[in-house]
Amino acid sequence: MSRHGLVLYLHVHQPWRVKPYSVFDIAEDHQYFNGSDGDMNNRAIMEKVADKSYRPMNRALQELLDQYPEFKLSLSITGTFLDQAAAWTPDVIDDFKRLVATGRVEIVAETYEHSLAFFFSREEFVAQVEEHRQRIKELFGVTPTAFRNTELAYNDELARWADAAGYKAVLAEGWGPMLGWRSPNYVYQPPETKQIKLLLKNYQLSDDLAFRFGDKNWSNYPLTADSYGEWLRSATDEGPVVNLFMDYETFGEHQWDDTGIFDFFKGVIGNWAERSDRTFYTVTEAAETFEAADEVSAPRTVTWADTERDTAWLGNAMQHEAMRHLYALEHDVLHSGDDNLIGDWRKLQTSDHAYYMCTKWFNDGDVHAYFSPYESPYDAFIYYMNAIRDLRFRLASDLRIGGPRG
Amino acid sequence: MNILMLGWELPPHNSGGLGVACYHMSKALAMKGATIDFVVPYSAEHPNASFMRVHAATELSPLHHYGFGAYDTYDEITLTREQMDGQSLRDIQARYVAFVEDFVADSDYDAIHAHDWLTLEAGVRAKQLTGKPLIAHVHATEFDRSGGGYGNPLVHEIEYDGLMMADRIIAVSELTKQLIIKHYHIPTDKIEVVHNGLDTESLAGFEYDWHTYRYLEELKAHGYTVVATVTRFTIQKGLTYLMEAAARASEKYDKLVFLFAGDGEQRDELLRLSAELGISDKVFFTGFVRGKQWRDAYRVADVFVMSSVSEPFGITALEAAYYDDAVILTKQSGVGEALHNVLRYDFWDVDRLADQLVAVATSPALQETLKENVHVEYSKLSWHVVADRCMALYHRLRPQLQSQEARL
Repeated sequence: MSRHGLVLYLHVHQPWRVKPYSVFDIAEDHQYFNGSDGDMNNRAIMEKVADKSYRPMNRALQELLDQYPEFKLSLSITGTFLDQAAAWTPDVIDDFKRLVATGRVEIVAETYEHSLAFFFSREEFVAQVEEHRQRIKELFGVTPTAFRNTELAYNDELARWADAAGYKAVLAEGWGPMLGWRSPNYVYQPPETKQIKLLLKNYQLSDDLAFRFGDKNWSNYPLTADSYGEWLRSATDEGPVVNLFMDYETFGEHQWDDTGIFDFFKGVIGNWAERSDRTFYTVTEAAETFEAADEVSAPRTVTWADTERDTAWLGNAMQHEAMRHLYALEHDVLHSGDDNLIGDWRKLQTSDHAYYMCTKWFNDGDVHAYFSPYESPYDAFIYYMNAIRDLRFRLASDLRIGGPRG
Repeated sequence: MNILMLGWELPPHNSGGLGVACYHMSKALAMKGATIDFVVPYSAEHPNASFMRVHAATELSPLHHYGFGAYDTYDEITLTREQMDGQSLRDIQARYVAFVEDFVADSDYDAIHAHDWLTLEAGVRAKQLTGKPLIAHVHATEFDRSGGGYGNPLVHEIEYDGLMMADRIIAVSELTKQLIIKHYHIPTDKIEVVHNGLDTESLAGFEYDWHTYRYLEELKAHGYTVVATVTRFTIQKGLTYLMEAAARASEKYDKLVFLFAGDGEQRDELLRLSAELGISDKVFFTGFVRGKQWRDAYRVADVFVMSSVSEPFGITALEAAYYDDAVILTKQSGVGEALHNVLRYDFWDVDRLADQLVAVATSPALQETLKENVHVEYSKLSWHVVADRCMALYHRLRPQLQSQEARL
């Protein structure tokens, strides 16, 4: 019987933020992504996060992999991140290459642009997954065998697609209503699939790290590696796996160095590696090692930032409008043959843009939870719509396709 | 003729039409020989106001002043002295009054001319201290600012006291005069109507830059009609009705786009509404505009809409006429008394406005006729006419003043 284990999966991503792009810029300035403003300056942000998170965390992971032969983890790295890193912080990509070269770091498949294309255009979605697969192959020499959709947005249809595409595992949020009485610490099977397994995030234990670790008002503050290790162990007493899924930037960016997150993490991994009754799995290994305990169905889409029905990405009218107008350009943009234009259109598909337009924190009065470079979701919407208008202008004026619309 | 002019803002530190009206009125009065001391509640340079003396009642910067200007209805006003922190609107008004009290001690004026409720208390104090006639110039009342609501009772009280104490009242329209009679019970013969003017000199001589709104120009080249409003996004302006009419009109005729030039506390609500109505694509928000972006908004437009729920006058409609727009006004806008070659609707009548928008967009003949004819009308409204009326008023008030002095 296989040892129970820890499945650590970290998500690496940076979007191309749209600068304050006003009505006066439309048709005059076609650079939406090169803001000089601090919070909208993608290069400055990449360099800052590289210093605070990517470099120190990659160093920590490398040390742990060198020191503990059992340690394994999985990463997903978006195309929009890879493009920005290649341009401004190429050493970070070299670090990731070294990690993958150990053979104990699995790369997970996803859309290149970190998009929600699955819900708008299946063809475009498949093209982006393929684009990502090629880039991963070319950079790291591996072909992913597990799939995660943007923001862990998941439903039965996605599972069927991933199954048919040959993936062995698909990741989702261990969301209460979908799971019912079941525990996220088992491997499941989605309905009407052949070989694919569903791995569910243990959001309690994941969010203890991702959101609560540095919160001085949290009842468990300060959390020690020993107590957290104890929680992980008890989670794996019955279930075979505990799935810790979170943003890579949790380490150093969301939880700053001075919270002690790096030492804490090394302590947790070190303690776990020294246990003889426990081990680590990558996501595909976990799917291959354990039998599905049950079938779990998700007729409605669930994501990893939502406990309510309205999602942070497609919850309000502005977000629906923005996506509607963006994907309405699909045919014209793709047939333009203009790589710059196609690239810009795809960069605008990154889910972060829609997320910045989310008003639910504003409605709740919890504006501090509004994690965005913009002053408000309304500003985000204005700049974004103006960029879409400029895409139309470029199609019409340079390529004689379509026309400006209003 | 020495005039103490009590105002709340002047260009370039204005956030709306009040400052523009005060500026041009003073300028025209100065050209007719009046000597003007103009008090503002902040300290700043007024580079183009050398025709009068501008006095700062406080050391506060106009940046501070901007944002709680003369235009909003006040949900909360600090009522007690204990709650004052030196920066609230009521504090600044108190300091303004104190400044004017000192200021009038050693000067001699023929008349005190106070603009709107913000300066009325100071005007009344100046009258009490000097015995000189007080003219209350009403550009807007609290009923207008609250956009059909009741507004703030304290502001009403200040308006009521000031209007009662004033020797004469100037209303910027018949609409405003009737409102003053109805709500403040002021005798009709104490009020005269003086429509605002338009300073064409300050508007002339600028080249249109089609790059400013290039995408809109592109849309026009593809047959679109640009409908614009240039305003502050506050409840008084009735913009949610305009947005609903925009959606209604777009159902009938697709080649319409809407330029919302300006900013204000209703912007987010308007954005959300445009998305909910499914027309966010057709609505362009500029943010606060000045200079070229402001001028070119009128020029890129084919149709200008003033959607106000209650607009005492509405100079922007004259500006739109100057820039060759077809003009649509609510019946609740005072400027409609001076412009006849316009389309009018009740502010709540979304269907009618939608009809008018489609009609103007689809009938070149109608659009051209409106543009040509309104162009002739605005030119009759000049600040020189306003200054003449004010001068006549100052003169008429003087004998009354002298007879009062004789009795003492």
